[in-house]
Amino acid sequence: MKRHLISAADLSRDDALLILDTAEELAQVSQRSIKKLPTLRGRTVVNLFFEDSTRTRISFEAAAKRLSADVINFSAKGSSVSKGESLKDTALTLQAMGADAVVIRHGASGAPHRLAEWVDGSIVNAGDGTHEHPTQALLDAFSMRRRLGPLDGRRVTIVGDVLHSRVARSNVLLLATLGAEVTLVAPPTLLPVSVGSWPCEISYDLDAVLPKSDVVMMLRVQRERMNAAFFPSAREYSRRYGLDRDRLGRMPDHAVVMHPGPMNRGMEIAAEVADSPRSTIVEQVTNGVTIRMAVLYLLLGGAELEGGAQ
Amino acid sequence: MSDARPRPATRGPSEPGSTTSSPSVANVSRAVLEGPDIHRALTRIAHEILERTKGAQDVVLLGIPTRGVTLARRIGERVARFEGVQIPAGSIDITMYRDDLRLRPARPLGRTELPPDGIDGKIVVLVDDVLFSGRTVRAALDALGDIGRPRAVQLATLVDRGHRELPIRADYVGKNLPTAMSEKVKVFLAETDGRDAVVLIKEGDAK
Amino acid sequence: MTAYLIKGASILGGDPADLLLSGGVIAAVGVGLTAPAGAETVDAEGLVALPGLVDLHTHLREPGREDAETVETGTRAAALGGFTAVHAMANTSPVADTAGVVEQVWRLGQEAGHCDVRPVGAVTVGLAGERLAELGAMADSAARVRVFSDDGKCVSDAVLMRRALEYVKAFDGVIAQHAQEPRLTEDAQMNEGAVSGRLGLTGWPAVAEEAIIARDCLLAAHVGSRLHVCHVSTAGSVEIIRWAKSKGWNVTAEVTPHHLLLTDDLVEASSLGAYNPIFKVNPPLRTREDVEALRAALADGTIDVVATDHAPHPVEDKETEWGAAAMGMIGLETALPVVQLAMIETGLLDWAGVAERMSATPARIGRLSGHGAPLQSGSAANLTLVDPAARTVVDPRASASKSRNTPYEGLTLPGKVVATFLRGRPTVLEGKLA
Repeated sequence: MKRHLISAADLSRDDALLILDTAEELAQVSQRSIKKLPTLRGRTVVNLFFEDSTRTRISFEAAAKRLSADVINFSAKGSSVSKGESLKDTALTLQAMGADAVVIRHGASGAPHRLAEWVDGSIVNAGDGTHEHPTQALLDAFSMRRRLGPLDGRRVTIVGDVLHSRVARSNVLLLATLGAEVTLVAPPTLLPVSVGSWPCEISYDLDAVLPKSDVVMMLRVQRERMNAAFFPSAREYSRRYGLDRDRLGRMPDHAVVMHPGPMNRGMEIAAEVADSPRSTIVEQVTNGVTIRMAVLYLLLGGAELEGGAQ
Repeated sequence: MSDARPRPATRGPSEPGSTTSSPSVANVSRAVLEGPDIHRALTRIAHEILERTKGAQDVVLLGIPTRGVTLARRIGERVARFEGVQIPAGSIDITMYRDDLRLRPARPLGRTELPPDGIDGKIVVLVDDVLFSGRTVRAALDALGDIGRPRAVQLATLVDRGHRELPIRADYVGKNLPTAMSEKVKVFLAETDGRDAVVLIKEGDAK
Repeated sequence: MTAYLIKGASILGGDPADLLLSGGVIAAVGVGLTAPAGAETVDAEGLVALPGLVDLHTHLREPGREDAETVETGTRAAALGGFTAVHAMANTSPVADTAGVVEQVWRLGQEAGHCDVRPVGAVTVGLAGERLAELGAMADSAARVRVFSDDGKCVSDAVLMRRALEYVKAFDGVIAQHAQEPRLTEDAQMNEGAVSGRLGLTGWPAVAEEAIIARDCLLAAHVGSRLHVCHVSTAGSVEIIRWAKSKGWNVTAEVTPHHLLLTDDLVEASSLGAYNPIFKVNPPLRTREDVEALRAALADGTIDVVATDHAPHPVEDKETEWGAAAMGMIGLETALPVVQLAMIETGLLDWAGVAERMSATPARIGRLSGHGAPLQSGSAANLTLVDPAARTVVDPRASASKSRNTPYEGLTLPGKVVATFLRGRPTVLEGKLA
């Protein structure tokens, strides 16, 4: 393992499998009456959230607390950050506090990389702009593996606003590392022009891809995108790229439906699909805590890791 | 016994002071227990457990990964053979409770598999391969406390090599093995290592 | 005024010769010249003599952003880089869109005395792209403005651009266009390509530059005006300019040193860290293919000149997340070394070619008399002496600029300016300000 988890590309296949296997063991802890382990006693984890994301922050907070770490929540709203303090000054504050790990959510792509230049602790990227969200990809892979077994050769279809999705970027990288075959489905306007260089297939036709998918992951599509002419209307988007009951019926019986949340019910996913037994959406939340425990344990649970590769 | 030649282990024992095998070790290590000795020791432990717990009522065997799990299974089989009672055997990983985590990079976790009925009100017999400082057992006691409330906890070990650093003693001992601090004890079991043996390695000979 | 006898300099890389500077001009050039009484002798053995460099594109930041640069500090850096004249861009605060502001900048340059400062006038009032600034008043002012640019912003309105091109013909001016189609580059952060896709940074497509250049070439041809294209950065732009020149249209173009050397993958991985805004610049760093095309174009004359786009920013505007950081890099002191690395050491240009592209042609485009003249008897004594064998590791703290935002930190660059003379007076001697 490297010292930071900023991109899914930071993880080798062995690293990724170690995290998933560790999470598999830690999943038991969530079933116990005492859900706490003493492992990170005396370690400090700072949740540095420049964007509102209650669910991700709570997930990291629960994970750190179950490992007995001290958790400091530092949210940008109402703090010195909203009064114009720079990321660097915030970093120096965290450094002075002796944070062992900083979990950062930031609206700017690359903010975690910058932070890693300025603080000594491990940096965990909890979502940066339109770049990456590696723990989301890990929990998605974990959820898939629990439903379907090993991911080698499994066909995963990711549908929606890939261009602006940090979840899609991390998933493509991690799933390729784990041997899955990824297909991205989106209107061409919502794919990066360079997507051909990514380790995945591209399709504009959801109906053609569904019958050969083991997993269909729906991405959130923001309605505002249609104002920038990415697609003409919510109705047209939903018709061409939304997952409704008919399309669910075209998926193989064993295939599962995923969504990183928050969902636009009726837009990219029909309510009855989101709530169907084929959907892993509720498990994804539970698995989020488990996978983040695994990540925090592997980054902080041993001797300090050297910079770069161990 | 001078021909003892340990085979490569898939994974080293968890007790501090153990070592993984290397070719240079083979020439200078000494097997202190061979397969038949280990079999006899486990048989005796199984009998003692039956005796001490009056027929192994409510006993749960929990092995400490990796080799403690194998030993627990073997003891359980013997109890079943002697008395016809099936006693639950499982495993308890103590990695997250270790007090030396910061000395090495984060370790992979072992398996924790508890019997379906749990451990509340049961007599838990912890099983490990080598009893040394006692720190592993301390961690196991902490782990047990977070999982449930056994009626009693007992400890079985294949080898007690002394040098305790905590007030801990074993209830069932396969062999008391006087050692120097500088020596290392390594347990090989057929299930994980291809053969049964306990090997004593002199300091300075390893590597 | 002291005379200087420069002994044994290799003029434009040719055979060693002596140059006698006296009375502000080159009094004599030849072998074995003797120093007149009272003259100082400069040993130039192993040094290349070039006409003083002329930069068509410098941001001196004064007035308004004196925390980033002043005319004094910026022209010091220019002199140390071998420049005897710089064109100060108009995007100051207030904007250089009136005779008053351009005269102020011009006067500050005179007072500093490290090199000539020729202000660039804004094309539109406040760079707002709505109304023409008083171009004629700036041309007629003491600053004698001939280059007009909204640099930093594109004159995107086609009608306004056409009128500006036409209007400046009256005083032989030129519009220097910052070619950036605004709608295609909203919130754009870096070159649109494989790297931007991976990094999740909003792409800045090459077409946003090329579309404007194509339009402006056609406009310039239609109205018979001079067009100068600032900081060309893509292979496609080169093709369009090559085509326009083949038609005989009056189009010139510049390339920056950094676009001749650096590529967009530095944003993803460099020794200075990923997402380091030190590499954030407008136009953005492009691909290896673009760099190769720009070098070839500079070599074959499709691109006429090298211009620095020296853009100082204070530390706090760069030590931040990528999206919030300012665009631009300093470059006056590293311009000639980077050109030596990219063009001379690759065999694409010789020193005479460099002198053409960094002195004579920019002076001609800017209608700047007294600069860029050949190093011969009677020319104004504007020249610089370069040690091409020197190697320097770039240290941002060593810069004479007020700012530290050089992308070359830690890089070993060839060549060092040893001396610069402005009308016979040394501004730099022995590599230090005189």
